[in-house]
Amino acid sequence: MKITRFLKTILMVDFVTGLLIALREMFKTKKTINYPFEKGKISPRFRGEHALRRYPNGEERCIACKLCEAVCPAQAITIESAERSDGSRKTTRYDIDMMKCIYCGLCEESCPVDAIVQGPNFEFSTETREELYYTKEKLLDNGDRWENILAANIKSDNPYR
Amino acid sequence: MEYINLVFEEVYKILFLLVPVLVSVAMIVWLDRRVWAFVQKRQGPNVVGPFGLLQSLADALKYIFKEIIIPASSNKIIFILAPIITMTLALIAWAVIPFGEEQVLANINVGILYIFAVSSLGVYGIIMGGWASNSKYPFLGSIRSAAQMVSYEVSIGIIIINVLLCVGSLNLSDIVLAQENIWFIIPLFPMFVIFFISALAETNRPPFDLPEAEAELVAGYQTEYSGMMYAMFWLGEYANILLMCALGSILFLGGWLSPIDLYPFNLIPGAIWLVIKILLLFILFALVKAVVPRYRYDQLMRLGWKIFLPFSLTYVVLTASYLFYFNLLPSL
Repeated sequence: MKITRFLKTILMVDFVTGLLIALREMFKTKKTINYPFEKGKISPRFRGEHALRRYPNGEERCIACKLCEAVCPAQAITIESAERSDGSRKTTRYDIDMMKCIYCGLCEESCPVDAIVQGPNFEFSTETREELYYTKEKLLDNGDRWENILAANIKSDNPYR
Repeated sequence: MEYINLVFEEVYKILFLLVPVLVSVAMIVWLDRRVWAFVQKRQGPNVVGPFGLLQSLADALKYIFKEIIIPASSNKIIFILAPIITMTLALIAWAVIPFGEEQVLANINVGILYIFAVSSLGVYGIIMGGWASNSKYPFLGSIRSAAQMVSYEVSIGIIIINVLLCVGSLNLSDIVLAQENIWFIIPLFPMFVIFFISALAETNRPPFDLPEAEAELVAGYQTEYSGMMYAMFWLGEYANILLMCALGSILFLGGWLSPIDLYPFNLIPGAIWLVIKILLLFILFALVKAVVPRYRYDQLMRLGWKIFLPFSLTYVVLTASYLFYFNLLPSL
């Protein structure tokens, strides 16, 4: 027992085995990706940047029920509403403070008309804090930009809701 | 006028050596990071330039534009001098490295002693940097590194004696030419292993990177340095690593000689063989960094003084007796 251990130490068996393992691992496929150029796959349930969606005819979905404002645990959403000339209730103001938001997804879940959703975009860092106070225009714009992916995500996740 | 020409000729020669060395130091940093990343199944730097080859250049540019901070309580002259000394000493040792039979900047007769002396002086840069910072972590780091480098220099010196016994000359070109029949790695293999490990300790590479053990000492003697001064420490360190790889390939792997003296191989110029050998040794350096954990300080000292020193001394006796008994001692 002692002799084998002595020989192991002198011949550096463990060290050489380690080196060989390292050499073998070098040629295996990499576990990391070239991030800005290739991105990991994202689940349809991914809770990223918020967006306000529209109906296909261009009408805003949001009916200003303020369920999202009420459910928001971080109180990041501020909504003001008013009656429009055609008698429907619409938001005059829909602000999300993206620095308060904890990305829990409760607003999306509470929304009865699938108006506020969290899209797949997670790359919206900014240089100033002010840019992270999202207004209604910004959110609607996000909705228009990501509509294809958002609709597909909601559809694919529908059977599990 | 003649005198000026002579000076210029020497300057050209020096530049012709130094510029490739500095460029290869930058490349070697990239290689080091890349090998390390590959072992850990990461990509490593691969964005700047082809395969990320220009990464070190980008880093150097960043360092140049950073502010150099000199601590108020530091000894300013020595603080600034320390990285300069480290880098200069790492570079001047290259003067005696032979890249071919005639391709050597200074073919002095005591080349190996010169390298040994210069690499011993390398401790001064680190001690000065650590002391002049006037701060506790750099001080502790520099003391550690001084003790470590001194200890392992002893075993490197005795290993070199082994080689010198077989060669009978201190000239590096003679050492390479003595290996025409058989590389010294074969008869002196245990010495090569000990040389490799001592070279790791001598250049403060993992697993012997105690002077900059970040868990205990922040960054060791480099803690207070920033900007270009930090980069110079870093350049000097890698130039030293490259020098140790070159020394290893000259002492044990036959320097510029081709591995087989046959038709397609001996057409390749000797300098390329030397570069290939240096690169292989360096890849081994980088692999070791990825494989082993850091030594504890007393383990480091025990390994140097209680194992390597007696072992290499015994091997000197063995080599000498063998050469004497079979009447193989080289004539002086």
